[in-house]
Amino acid sequence: MIGYILQGMIWTVVITVASFAIGGVLGIAVAGARTAPLLIVRGIGRAWVEIIRSVPPLVWLFVVFFGLAEIGIRLTPLQAAITTFGIIASVYLGEIYRGGLATLDRGQIEASRALGLGSLDLLTKIIAPQIFRTVSPSMVTYGMGLMKDSALASTIGVVEMTFRANQQAQTTGQGLAAFAIVGAAYLLLSIPLGAWARRADTKSRLKYVVN
Amino acid sequence: MDIQTWFGYVVELLPGLGTAMQLTGISLALGFPLALIFAVAIDTLPKPFNWIVVGVVEIGRGVPLLVLLYIFYQGLPQIDIIPSAMVAAVSAFTWSTASYATETIRSSIQSVPKGQLEAASAAGLSGIDSFRFVIAPQAARIAIPPLMGLAIIMFQLSSLAYVITISEVMQSAYFLGTKTFNYLPVFLAAAAVYASITIPASAVVTAVEKRLAKHV
Repeated sequence: MIGYILQGMIWTVVITVASFAIGGVLGIAVAGARTAPLLIVRGIGRAWVEIIRSVPPLVWLFVVFFGLAEIGIRLTPLQAAITTFGIIASVYLGEIYRGGLATLDRGQIEASRALGLGSLDLLTKIIAPQIFRTVSPSMVTYGMGLMKDSALASTIGVVEMTFRANQQAQTTGQGLAAFAIVGAAYLLLSIPLGAWARRADTKSRLKYVVN
Repeated sequence: MDIQTWFGYVVELLPGLGTAMQLTGISLALGFPLALIFAVAIDTLPKPFNWIVVGVVEIGRGVPLLVLLYIFYQGLPQIDIIPSAMVAAVSAFTWSTASYATETIRSSIQSVPKGQLEAASAAGLSGIDSFRFVIAPQAARIAIPPLMGLAIIMFQLSSLAYVITISEVMQSAYFLGTKTFNYLPVFLAAAAVYASITIPASAVVTAVEKRLAKHV
């Protein structure tokens, strides 16, 4: 039973990593929209964030999986899960980036503009390296939450850990054992991430708080 | 698909919203006091005992709520305890609420300056009185906005109770979907039902946060 359930860990990891990556990239657009000079772009960005956040992830998952199929967009359960969690992650990571941007001295951006840096260089060479230190602990914390949320994918039939535990519980009647195993697996996955986040957090504080 | 049919779907989901509110309300009413007990226990119990509380809290935060739900609903029958769906859901949600709230309450208590406690005992207040009249009011000011935020999150998470046959919003939406085959409008109706509660509630939290921050 342990082996069977833990084989599902690969899908837990795939969903988490893929949606985190999608969210990490789309999040730049979200943060960009939220801090755009144009009021209407900021408004759209804000509305998008509010709409995504005010509805439970399970509802979005069903909208994407069952709802989109109805209008001809048929996704496999795995694709639907990654799409849904990727979009949700983009909103939360976008807000984390925005928080990081707020800590960045505006002079940095003005100076890069004065030096003639393009937007891509500004983003990758000036903004990203500086805010990475402040945002990375929050990003890891969010990643841990995302990993736990990936359990929802079991409800649309992705054969990840929770789905397999559920199967085992129903076929063997040993529900307690099955769910204790899967619970322990989630804890084991999150402990190293948490430790890393705390270390990164203390390290960044040690290095960069001057006064 | 006209707008009237869609509103019809929204109306059909409202009884489910009542169940969701009930589940959330009971879990918060049990979870918050439990969190206060946990928070105090972690900082006051002698060493091996407080670890047990830490363990309970860490499991509550580290294991997905979906898995906690299954543990109560499908796990306990293995040892011949057969809870009803609602009892299982309330147990899992209470555990989760209490675990997250414990960390919030602990950090808010710790954020009250040490001098306050010293001043209270210098003024002759007993341990319990200085907690009740000096520490708790100041800690509450810090803890209230995040606890309200947690309440909104728990309300959203009540959608998970769908997996253990509780007829909340998602369960009703799923049935409506299989009946009408209009999955997209039906689930968007469910989204609207949740948003109609969470958007105003978040606005209230922001307002309270601003108000309380004035006096800190």
